[in-house]
Amino acid sequence: MPHLAAPPDAEATAGAGRLAARLAGVSRVYAGTGRQPPVHALGPLDLELSQGEFFAVVGPSGCGKSTLLDVLAGLSPPTSGTVEFEGRPVTDRVPEGVGVVFQDDASFHWLTVRDNAAFGLRRQGVSEREIAERVDHAITFMGLKAFAAAYPAQLSGGMRQRLCIARTLVLRPRLLLLDEPFGALDQQTRLLMGDEVLRLWRDTGATVLLITHALDEATMLADRVGVMSARPGHFIDVVTTGWPRERDSTIVARPEFGEVTARLWLHLRAESMKAMSMTA
Amino acid sequence: MSRKGRPKGECRSAQHAGSPVTRAGWIRLGVVALCVAALEVACRLRWIDPVSVIPPSRMALGAWSLLASGEYSQDILLTLENVAMAFGIALVLGFAGGVLLHRMPRLRRAADPLLASYYAVPTFIFYPLFIVLFGLNRWPLVAIGVLFAMVAMALNTLNGFERVPAALHKTARVMGLSPVQETFLVTLPACAPYIFTGVKLAVVYAFIAVIAGEFVLSGAGFGFKIAFAYNNFDNPTMYGLMLLLLLAVGFVNWALTAWERRLHERSAGGCP
Repeated sequence: MPHLAAPPDAEATAGAGRLAARLAGVSRVYAGTGRQPPVHALGPLDLELSQGEFFAVVGPSGCGKSTLLDVLAGLSPPTSGTVEFEGRPVTDRVPEGVGVVFQDDASFHWLTVRDNAAFGLRRQGVSEREIAERVDHAITFMGLKAFAAAYPAQLSGGMRQRLCIARTLVLRPRLLLLDEPFGALDQQTRLLMGDEVLRLWRDTGATVLLITHALDEATMLADRVGVMSARPGHFIDVVTTGWPRERDSTIVARPEFGEVTARLWLHLRAESMKAMSMTA
Repeated sequence: MSRKGRPKGECRSAQHAGSPVTRAGWIRLGVVALCVAALEVACRLRWIDPVSVIPPSRMALGAWSLLASGEYSQDILLTLENVAMAFGIALVLGFAGGVLLHRMPRLRRAADPLLASYYAVPTFIFYPLFIVLFGLNRWPLVAIGVLFAMVAMALNTLNGFERVPAALHKTARVMGLSPVQETFLVTLPACAPYIFTGVKLAVVYAFIAVIAGEFVLSGAGFGFKIAFAYNNFDNPTMYGLMLLLLLAVGFVNWALTAWERRLHERSAGGCP
């Protein structure tokens, strides 16, 4: 049985001991349409995330990873079970303090980099002075200061993803949900983006849940990695990586990196074959 | 990566942002100028029968005389009014139709075959019906213009709404926007380039329908005056009016295309 509770080891995480989010007995079934039968996409599943923890989720295609993120964010209600963020139930609205970055480009192409980053703050009625300060900090942090007046179409895919992260970052989320944010990027850019996400995680103290299909990315970034089964997805193992909080992409050179990745793959191989036989 | 300057290969430059006319644009202008010059020479040297075609310089002179005399101002104004009304009504109905089709998938499935074959229907056959409905005035022509332009607007509106990525809708929800805020702050700006393509087509179709309608069915307006001059072998007036019309429509189309290009340059996909 995988260890699904938040890790008791306080050294690994900034605010360990206090729960950031909790899912209990969560499942999600999508209603059938026309002749299509209902799809049991997720669960039942339990998960506890400690404050300041970096948790990655890997699993075969179609196992419900993104559904898990949607349920946790309040974008999709669970069919059964309960979801809590900082002790309060998550219903059909995204709670304040939760930020999400999606795999697909979600930058607003009609706004400049600066206005994109300021979008959420303007909606919250934050003063223009504070907006300028927070936006400046966020776009500098994400290496986009020189492109403040540029439109997203003038940026590369990696820069647009950084812009989406900056737009989320300015809202100072306490729980950051990343849905395969580097999926469309090349390997080198992904490693560098991984470094930036680690820096962001350390500097902000936010709890991060990363959905990814890349085992090396999950191993490199996370304190714990949850391995999901084929659909309906539930955790079949949770691997604690044991990395120090101060780390970067050079960690891939360590011998333990290969061991953790291999352990993830051993689990995932069987589940991926199951998933492929389901779709065949 | 350098963060001070634009790193090589990382940024996609907006190539047309700085210069209003591209190299291809200059080549196009050159080809048109060459054709006009060739026609001028051919007419002057009587390679072409001057009774059929007059030199472009005389066309331009005829156009200027028409404008200066003010003789055709009423007809030009009438045509522009009809086009504007047809365009305005088509814009509203087309946009509403596009939104309705987007919101009601069943209606869309039912309407799909009709929309796909819509432009195979010769709209002008409805003119007698519109005369019965609206009387012998400008409205039958406006109705023809509306019928012609409306569906292009509706299809492009529908296309625009369908192309808004799901990630943008989710982002709006993450930012706590209400459905109304999401529509005005995210959905409409996101699909604006495609809606604008519909606007451009609606202008063009409204012009085509109204002018063509006047040409064969009306007793006044720009199209009627061209037909009248043609029937009376009044070449300078006919070619002058044609030149004026081409210049006006060409200018409107150029302005709308330039605006449309700017909108599409800001979106990732470029011009459709």
